[in-house]
Amino acid sequence: MGCKTSVPCNATKKSERCKCLLRAALLIQRWYRATMARIEMRRRYCLNIFQSIEYADEQAQLQLSNFFTFMMDHDLEMTESNFSLAEFERRIDVPDSYYGPRLKFPLTVADANALLDAFKKEELLHARYVLQLLHETRRVLKEMPNITYLSTSYSKEITVCGDLHGKLDDLLMIFYKNGLPSEKNPYVFNGDFVDRGDNSMEILIILFAFLLIYPNDLHLNRGNHEDYIMNDLPKIGSDFKKFILQVHGKVILYLLEDVFSWLPLATVVDSKVLILHGGISDTTDLDFLNLFERSKVREHVHVGLLLSSLKNLAAVGPHEEDSSRDPTQKEWQQTLDILWSDPRNQRGCIPNKLRGGGCYFGPDITAKLFERYNLKMLIRSHECKQDGYEIGHGGKVITIFSASNYYEDGSNRGAYIKLNPDLIPRFIQYQVTFHSAHSPPRINTVEGAALKALREKIYANKTELMEAFMSKDLTGAGKLSVSDWAEAMESVLQLELPWRTLRAQLARLSADGRIEYTSCFYDLEIEKPVEEPSLVETLCKYRKDLEMIFNFIDKDQSGLISLEEFHHTWRLFCAHMGVETDDEAIIKLANTIDYNKDGYIDFSEFLGAFHVVHRLDKGK
Amino acid sequence: MAEKEGGGEDNTVAEIEKKITEAFEVFDHECNQTVDVREIGSIVRSLGCYPTEAQLHELLAEVEEEEPTGYIHLQKFLPVMTRVLVERSYQPTPEDVLLHAFEALDVNKCGYLTKEELVKYMTEEGEPFTQEEMEDMLSAALDPETNTMRYKDYITLMIVDDV
Repeated sequence: MGCKTSVPCNATKKSERCKCLLRAALLIQRWYRATMARIEMRRRYCLNIFQSIEYADEQAQLQLSNFFTFMMDHDLEMTESNFSLAEFERRIDVPDSYYGPRLKFPLTVADANALLDAFKKEELLHARYVLQLLHETRRVLKEMPNITYLSTSYSKEITVCGDLHGKLDDLLMIFYKNGLPSEKNPYVFNGDFVDRGDNSMEILIILFAFLLIYPNDLHLNRGNHEDYIMNDLPKIGSDFKKFILQVHGKVILYLLEDVFSWLPLATVVDSKVLILHGGISDTTDLDFLNLFERSKVREHVHVGLLLSSLKNLAAVGPHEEDSSRDPTQKEWQQTLDILWSDPRNQRGCIPNKLRGGGCYFGPDITAKLFERYNLKMLIRSHECKQDGYEIGHGGKVITIFSASNYYEDGSNRGAYIKLNPDLIPRFIQYQVTFHSAHSPPRINTVEGAALKALREKIYANKTELMEAFMSKDLTGAGKLSVSDWAEAMESVLQLELPWRTLRAQLARLSADGRIEYTSCFYDLEIEKPVEEPSLVETLCKYRKDLEMIFNFIDKDQSGLISLEEFHHTWRLFCAHMGVETDDEAIIKLANTIDYNKDGYIDFSEFLGAFHVVHRLDKGK
Repeated sequence: MAEKEGGGEDNTVAEIEKKITEAFEVFDHECNQTVDVREIGSIVRSLGCYPTEAQLHELLAEVEEEEPTGYIHLQKFLPVMTRVLVERSYQPTPEDVLLHAFEALDVNKCGYLTKEELVKYMTEEGEPFTQEEMEDMLSAALDPETNTMRYKDYITLMIVDDV
C-alpha cells in the first residue's frame, strides 16, 4: 500500500498523505475489530462449555439426592441439633489454645468484625460457636414469613446481591465497595451462597452473623444450592479443622440443612419489586407461597416419589416416614419453580430441561404475574452473566450475579444492584483479580480451563464415544467426516457446543480433510496409573458423584472410610445408576488403594487418582 | 481459527452452512434461531472475515427484515453468509500489511505510537472507534510507564491470542 511520492504540487501531496493515513487507519480498525470479535466468540463458547457441564452436573446432583435421602440416618443428629445455646456451651469445650473469634450471644458488630478479620486471615471459627450461630439463626429465621415485604424509606438504598457460590473474596469486595450491612445499609442476598467456591462456610457464618445483628436489614433468600452442602465441609485443609469437624461435623451438617430449609423464599420491595433466586412459572402463586410451611421442602426432589422408587434396593438404615412432614405436590412444585426457573425471550412457559427443574418463562409470563400482583420489576439470580448482570423482558427482569471469575479467572465480572426509593436500579460491577490491574485476563487462560473440563468429559465417555464413532465409520478407516464426528460428540456427551469451531483443539485431521477420531483420546490419561483399566472410565465419569457420596458416608469427617463401607456403597451406587460393575475388580482396586493395609481408604486420595490430565499439562 | 493443518477441509456448501449455524448458535441465547442485530458483526468476523463497518452495514441490509425488529433470523442470514464464505469476500489482513499500516501512522519512524497519536488516528480517521473500543485497545496495547504503543510487539501479542 505504498504512498505515491512523485506528486508535483503541495496540495495533492497533502491529500495523498491524508488518503494514506485514512487507508492505514481503516486497515488497522478492520483488523482490530475482527480480532476482538474472534476473541469474544471464544469467550462465549467457553462460557457455553462451562455452563453446559455445570448444568449437567446439577442434574446429576438432583438425581443423586434421592440416593442420599435413603442413606440418611436422622436419629442422633436430631437430638444433638436441638440443644440450647447453654447446652452447647456446657457440652463443647473451647480450649485455651484456640485463638479464633469467641462469640458472645446476642451478637454485636464487634463479633461480626472479629469474624471478618479471622476469615481474612484464613482462621477458623470453633465448632461450638458454629453450632450456636446456626442454632440462633434457625430460631430467628423460623419467625420470618416466607416472603418478606420491605420498604425503602426516604433515604435508604437497598443493595441486592446475587450468587456468591462460596467465593469469599467477592463478598469482601462488595463490603469494601459498598460498606458493611447496618440499619442504614440494608442488603438482600439472593441465594446460592454456597458450593463451588472454597469458602462456603465462611460466607454462611458472616451472613448469618449479620442476620442476627440486623434482622430487619439483612435479608436472605433461599437458592437452589442451599441444599447440597455435602461437598464443602471436608474441603477445608488443616488438621486442626479436621479435628473439630471430626467430632461435630455431622451435627453441623444436619443443623445447617435445617437452617437452609427455613431460609425465606422471596423478598418484595415497596410492593413493586420481587426478588427471588430463580424465576417464575405460569402457575406461580405468591399468596400460596407466602402461606405454606416452607421448611417442609428440604431436598429438591419429592421425598414420596423417591421412597417408592427405592423399594428394590436393599434397606440401608432406618428412615422414619412421617408423611405429615412431607410437602404436597403443589408446595414442592411452587418452590422448585421459583428456585430453578430461567427467563428467555420466547413467549410461553416450558419445562427447563437443561436444569432438570423449574421452567423457562417468557415475557408474557412475566407480564401476567406483574399484572396479577401489581409489580414493576423482577430481580433474580441463578445464571452466570459475563458482565455480572443482565436486563431482559424489556427491562422487567434483571439477573444479578455476584461471583466474579465464577468458572475461571477472567470468565466474568460480578455485580450488585443499588435500588433507590425511585426503584431505578444502579449496577456496580467488579472483578476480583490476582493479575496486575493493567492486563485484562487472557482469553487463553479461560479457554484452557474450559477445554480441560471438556476433555475430562470426553475421556470419561470414551467407550460410548468410540461406539458412536465406529457405528458411523462404515469402512473401518478410523476416519469420519467433520459432520459425523460432530454429531457423535453431541449425541454422546449431550452438550450443545460449536463442535466445528472446537475441532482443532480436540481432534486431528488427516490429509483428506476427515477426522481421525481416535485422536480425541490421544494425550489424555489419568493422573496416576491404576491397575484396573476396566474401571477407570466409570470412576472418571462418576468421580464427582462418588466424592459427594463418600463425604456423606464419612460419619466422622475423617477423610477415611472402611473397605466394607466403600464396597457396599459402590455396589448400591452402581445398582442405582444402572452401571455394570465387576465386583472382583473393585475389591482388588480398593485393596491396592489401602496403602497401609489397615482396612481404611483415604477417599480423596483414591478419587484424586482419577483426575483426567492432558499429557502436556503435567509440567504445571 | 485458521486451519493450519494439512489438506483441505471439507469445503462443501453443506459443511459451510453447518459452520455458520454453529457460530450463529453461540450468540443465539434463546435457542430460537435469532440473534440480536448488534451481534452480527461478531458472528461474521468470527467466521474468518474482515469486513469494514461499511461492508457490514451492506450485509446487514440484506439480512434484516423489511421492518427491522432488532433481531436477525438464521434463515435470512445463512444464504447471505454462505455466499460470503464461498466467494471469500472480506479477506483477512496479512501480518506484514498490518505492520506497514502502523508504520504509515508512525510519522517519526520511531517504532512506537504515542497515546495521543493512537487515539487521534483511531477516533478521527477511517471508521472511528467508539470510546469503549478505544479504551479496550489502550488497556492492552499501551505500556503504562511510557504511555506508548510499540506496535510490532502489540501485533505479536494479538496474533498469539488469536490462534
